[in-house]
Amino acid sequence: MIDPHLITLTVNGTEHELVVDARWTLADVLRHELHLTGTHVGCEHGVCGTCTVLVDGAPARSCLMFAVQAEGSDIRTVESLAPAGELSDLQRAFTDHHGLQCGFCTPGFLMLAEGYLGARTGLDLDRDEIRELVSSNLCRCTGYQTIIDAIAATARARTEAAS
Amino acid sequence: MSEPKFHGRSGTWVGASVRRREDPRLLTGQGRFVDDIHLPGMLHAQFVRTAIAHAAITGIDLSATLRVPGVVAAFTAADLAVGDIVAALERPAEEFALTAMPVLARDRVRFAGEPVAIVIATDPYAAEDGVDAADVDYNAETAVTGLSHALADGAPLVHTEARANTFLDVTMFATDGIDAIFDGADCVVQVRTHSGRQNALPLETRGVVASWDARDDQLLVQTCSQVPHQVRTVTAACLGVQERTVRVTVPDMGGGFGIKCVVGREEIAVSAAALRLRRPVKWIEDRRDALTASFLAREQDYTARAAFSAEGRILALDVDVVCDMGAYSCYPFTAGIEPLMATAEMPGVYRVPAYRARGRAIATNKAPTAPYRGVSRPQYVMTMERLMERAARELGFDPVQIRRQNVITSFPYSGINGVTYDRGSYRESLDLAEQILLDEGWYGYRADAAAAGRAVGIGYCCFNERTGYGSESFAKRRMTVVPGFDISEVRMDLTGAVVVTSGTINHGQSHETTMAQLVADRLGIDIAAVKLRQGDTERIPYGWGTFASRSITVGGSAVAMAATRLGEKLCLIGAHLLGTEPDNTRLDGAGGVAACDDPARRIPYEEIADVAYLRSHLLPKGTDPTLTATAVFDGVGDGTFSNASHAVVVECHHGTGAVEILRYVCVEDCGVVINPQVVDGQCRGGIAQGIAGALFEEITYDDLGQPTGGSFIDYKVPTACEIPDISVTHLQTPSELTESGAKGAGEGGTIGAPAAVLNAINDALRSTGTELDRTPVHPQDVLAAFQRSDVPA
Repeated sequence: MIDPHLITLTVNGTEHELVVDARWTLADVLRHELHLTGTHVGCEHGVCGTCTVLVDGAPARSCLMFAVQAEGSDIRTVESLAPAGELSDLQRAFTDHHGLQCGFCTPGFLMLAEGYLGARTGLDLDRDEIRELVSSNLCRCTGYQTIIDAIAATARARTEAAS
Repeated sequence: MSEPKFHGRSGTWVGASVRRREDPRLLTGQGRFVDDIHLPGMLHAQFVRTAIAHAAITGIDLSATLRVPGVVAAFTAADLAVGDIVAALERPAEEFALTAMPVLARDRVRFAGEPVAIVIATDPYAAEDGVDAADVDYNAETAVTGLSHALADGAPLVHTEARANTFLDVTMFATDGIDAIFDGADCVVQVRTHSGRQNALPLETRGVVASWDARDDQLLVQTCSQVPHQVRTVTAACLGVQERTVRVTVPDMGGGFGIKCVVGREEIAVSAAALRLRRPVKWIEDRRDALTASFLAREQDYTARAAFSAEGRILALDVDVVCDMGAYSCYPFTAGIEPLMATAEMPGVYRVPAYRARGRAIATNKAPTAPYRGVSRPQYVMTMERLMERAARELGFDPVQIRRQNVITSFPYSGINGVTYDRGSYRESLDLAEQILLDEGWYGYRADAAAAGRAVGIGYCCFNERTGYGSESFAKRRMTVVPGFDISEVRMDLTGAVVVTSGTINHGQSHETTMAQLVADRLGIDIAAVKLRQGDTERIPYGWGTFASRSITVGGSAVAMAATRLGEKLCLIGAHLLGTEPDNTRLDGAGGVAACDDPARRIPYEEIADVAYLRSHLLPKGTDPTLTATAVFDGVGDGTFSNASHAVVVECHHGTGAVEILRYVCVEDCGVVINPQVVDGQCRGGIAQGIAGALFEEITYDDLGQPTGGSFIDYKVPTACEIPDISVTHLQTPSELTESGAKGAGEGGTIGAPAAVLNAINDALRSTGTELDRTPVHPQDVLAAFQRSDVPA
């Protein structure tokens, strides 16, 4: 290590004390130090969104953050969505609508949607708004339509449940 | 043999949109992709790559690299001393030039990004530091960066073995008297089309973890490859070791689309390094390298003429296909794959009575190419469909009507290209696609838009795709390595559950679900009792992997046959235990064997398995213990042809030149649909990639051979805002050449989209007098068309 730092990261509700190099990205630390390999790395320049995680509830590209920048933040990864092994409503919607094929980009889309839906519960999301959201990330397999379907169905169900 | 009781053409599972078996792990972050693999003591590799496109290497100094903290080793070609990767065709020297791709560049570099040395370090960051510290001296030479340059007299040679920079030059067909047909025809139309250089772009880049296992006396190569057995063969050959000492396994794979169905040099270099260091070595490709230095695709030029009668019947087709293959010939397909595919298949869905086709594969100082989803078909279909549109305009026909007059309607049809087409729904799919647009009022919409000064256009594409290539049809390409067959083993355990193997490789196609659907129906068991195993050269006797839409047609047929044979064995043992004849038994669809004359007399699989494994002395005489069956399937004849028609409505915007897709209709026929939702997904995803090629993605090179598009800022991958919702309608013409009646469904979407989109754009631009024949169509092309037509005559 060129510039080691001792940091504390809170990931999926668990605190970790870690020695990291200053230049290590949050994505690399999650994947290779904490072995939370559900977060994938697709481009390392912040465009594809495959590495999206929630930082203090908001979607963030973990390839564009250094791990040291995340100290003191509450981080959530795809591993947090089904803690007891039971798929969440969002995950179920992805499988119901065939919103994934190879599954490599899927954790990024799930966390993108989780952050967005979490912040927007109770609002009536139209398809164009969800399409705009989904355009944050890249998927090479699905053509996006079924990802939009899955998120729309989840949003609808959550809104109905809340009313 | 008894009749299969559950034959897959109908059943409990086949035909249903069964939820995917692979989804739960992929949705919860429990998939295992190459970069998720951690081994004790693992090192990390990166490559020193040339920034110069064409040069002689005059010196490599890695001493500074080796002083970088964390760097463990660095090797050049001379250090590793491994063999080259060589892909060959059995063709005479005047048709095919044999060239080699060294694992690391030795004396020369032939494209910007070519690997020159491998650096191995304790972490990936240190490996990149080591790469930065490497010092390589070059004598730069003129780079050959385009087809016209490559083919010019006196052009620099990319390979001394490839005269005139030509990997392949073949005239595949030349009907006697074709020139007289052109001379006497009522109408002759010509197009020159160009399709840009693309990247197949799986979101998971290439990668490998290689580790030596002394106990197994074996190198374990874990890699995201569509063709693990071919990786094993080349790795063993390059390293000069017995194949048994190399095991290749494939974990979850984040897409491939063809770029991973060739053997890359990096996985060999990493394997050689792991063997030498006796430590695990991982390499994960950087996105910049994936975009510019791996394998690219698609760049082709067509000069095509077609003769028509005044009644709109095509009389002759003459095409010259020139493919810019880049610097190297890929293994196992060779640089010949693109022109050979194009020239063999170009007549497609149309009755073409006379045909001449020349195909060339040209070497340039660009990253090499690999087959990408569709393999030449997006380009030759685009060319063919442009010819149809142009003839329709010349002759005053409706574009759909001229296609209707020329599509093949009686099957089997023996084409001028020597190919026999099995039954399809060419005409029906076209009619239905048109009907959908008519019913939805798009023709009226187009007229209203035109009246309001807006440029709305409608475009069609009608095409077929040969799937299920067997060894017989691949042999016609004269490859020295002839893919074709597939092997499957089905093994039932004591609990009545089965594990099925296949030589195909799932990387998004849903094989774990669809193959299990086939097996569940054949054996009459729940899909949850079926587990598919792929991607392990130790576990699978041999396989050709997944490409050319072969998984369900060839691999699925082997799977279904093996399951049927296991069913026969279950009946044989079941009959003995029930005290009746095998002919009087059948699988009862509920996990047991029943007597035909008295279905109440049944024996569950678990009890048969108990005898087959634990009390084999009770087996009928001559019956082997265990419940295992294997089958080999090879593609039959000329393969089975799926087909589709696409109909697209676009608007070209006057202000920006942007092309907006207002409606996309796909009517496809892949025979028996095993899982409708999965086929929809394959169509939509394929169409999205076709739209990407039609409107957005291209890697260009400057005169020095420097690639553009080294990031997602420059290489414009479409997002959800560019890809429209797509409706998919299934026609089902069952194949008689596959076990399940299914035809391949993996590539069709990608094949049809460029032609349909381009035709729609040209329809929208009709009033401008401009016709575009190059993809991707950029907004500036559309603006230029508008501006030209705005200039007063």
